Amino acid sequence: MFGFTRAQAIGFVVMLVVLIIAPFIAYPIFVMQVMCFALFAMGANLLMGYTGLLSLGQAAYFGMGGYIAGYSVQTLHLTPEVGILLGGLVGGAIGVVFGWLSIRRQTIYFAMVTLALAQLVEFFAVQDTSFTGGENGIQNIHRGRLFGALPLGHDLQMYWLVLAVFLIGFIFVHRVIHSPFGQVVKAIRENENRAISLGYKVEQYKWIIFILAAVLAGVAGAMKALVMGIATLSDVSNSTSGIVVLMVLVGGIGTVYGPLIGAAIIIAMQYYLAGFSDWVTVIQGVIFIACVLAFRRGIIGELGAKLKLSL
Amino acid sequence: MMMILGKPAPLLFGQLLLGIINGSFYAMLSLGLAIIFGLLNVINFAHGALFMVGAFVTWGLLHYLGIGFWPALIVAPVMVGAFGLLIERTLIRFTYKLDILYGLLLTFGLALVLEGIFTNAFGSSGVSYDGPNILSGTLNLGFMYLPVYRAFVVFAAIVICFGVWFTIEKTSLGALLRAATENPALVQSFGVNVPRLISLTFAGGVALAGLAGVLAAPLYSVNPGMGTSLINTVFAVVVIGGMGSIGGAILTGFGLGIIQGFTEVFYPAASSVVVFAVMAVVLLARPAGLFGRVA
Repeated sequence: MFGFTRAQAIGFVVMLVVLIIAPFIAYPIFVMQVMCFALFAMGANLLMGYTGLLSLGQAAYFGMGGYIAGYSVQTLHLTPEVGILLGGLVGGAIGVVFGWLSIRRQTIYFAMVTLALAQLVEFFAVQDTSFTGGENGIQNIHRGRLFGALPLGHDLQMYWLVLAVFLIGFIFVHRVIHSPFGQVVKAIRENENRAISLGYKVEQYKWIIFILAAVLAGVAGAMKALVMGIATLSDVSNSTSGIVVLMVLVGGIGTVYGPLIGAAIIIAMQYYLAGFSDWVTVIQGVIFIACVLAFRRGIIGELGAKLKLSL
Repeated sequence: MMMILGKPAPLLFGQLLLGIINGSFYAMLSLGLAIIFGLLNVINFAHGALFMVGAFVTWGLLHYLGIGFWPALIVAPVMVGAFGLLIERTLIRFTYKLDILYGLLLTFGLALVLEGIFTNAFGSSGVSYDGPNILSGTLNLGFMYLPVYRAFVVFAAIVICFGVWFTIEKTSLGALLRAATENPALVQSFGVNVPRLISLTFAGGVALAGLAGVLAAPLYSVNPGMGTSLINTVFAVVVIGGMGSIGGAILTGFGLGIIQGFTEVFYPAASSVVVFAVMAVVLLARPAGLFGRVA
């Protein structure tokens, strides 16, 4: 079902069980944050892992998704599910424009274009204080009631919503990768010139993947804003773009479960090392270097290679 | 008061000068990036961090050792270059055989490490550095007041850019570099030690970032984030100019600084984003960049 291999199906069941038990043994906010970032990282992985495009500006869609959700729930008094949908839509809309511009260049130029465009969004977030709250961000966002009926104030109530959205996103991404469309995308990654000569319009494929990644980032940012009750400048900043790349790298580029594992590890690290403040940046940098030099397949990638399975 | 295009002349010239100064730094940094990219095929994301290190070294030389600005102009770039040599030999060289993106990711991590270490040591607000006395004060040019140090920075940047351009385009060392960029295997078969050439090129490019850092130290507040905020704009400059030519990198750098300065006069709200707007237009009209070969 959904194109899962046997091993991936077992992985899915294990993941489901863990995520259902998790809020009762771990801090629910923590697990929710992991799921939000995992969704975000799955989008980045669509670009990095399956299309071979490294974006260094994913925070633009994530951060704007958060602002949109915060603004629509707090100021416009919309219901949370509408806020999350709007977050995804706005993230996607920015992705339509930015993707249209950035797919014109490849590899490192693509990375620099995405970084520069994200910088533009960050400037906007700093300056347009009436919408984003500038340095303060949007604070004390109330989660409201799902569909105007079900309260989400309690963390466990919110948890099931986040889990549901995460699972929908997870299955959707998996379905995209294992569709004929996904096969073409992977073919472009392997040999772009050949894909062109076979008659595929590679730019359109890249563009669609770019937009999907932006939508996922927008939804993830929107949910994160509702979970934490705050949408801040740091969500739209370059360091967040770096973190999501790190999550994919640590978990395993181009793997199904890598983004989730990477997100869990990096978020856990941020929690446990919160007392060391600025050393967290140093450690993240060291992990980047270590991954590139010694550990390019990431945790899930290495595990898959050991077990000779695609995970 | 003299008016030009409906704006007071001192304001116009003041912003123009600021634009040229920003352009000087864009040019010096994108130059280093272009040189490194040409030979190593690595886009050095740590370039901004190394620029910041250059500024801190300048401050540290004075603060701890009592070594002033003029010796620092030589000492700091040498130190930053030596550090560059070290990271090229111990880290970056392992990425040459990999996909081009791994070099980017590695230097990205390196930038985080450097920035984190300096934030821990000096706090995010950083330190301030006073320039040499001889360059303090202002010149009255009649239509505007020109701070001497700023004039010096522009002058120095032009000399540096010209020097680098001359070295690469007109000397035998430069010819060797260009040849190795085109075809390293062939150059190596002629008996040139290409790996050493690569190491020294990286050190040289990084030293250029360090030198820019020295010039920046008296001008801006010396803080751990100073490189990152500048380098993001420089990347846009690189995308606009393309990394194909040294002269192109210099012209684009100064040009965009000047455009930014004028935007500050006529439409201040857009001054921080105008470079990115130019980038978008260039991407649409000339995807390979103004001076670039198709990437």
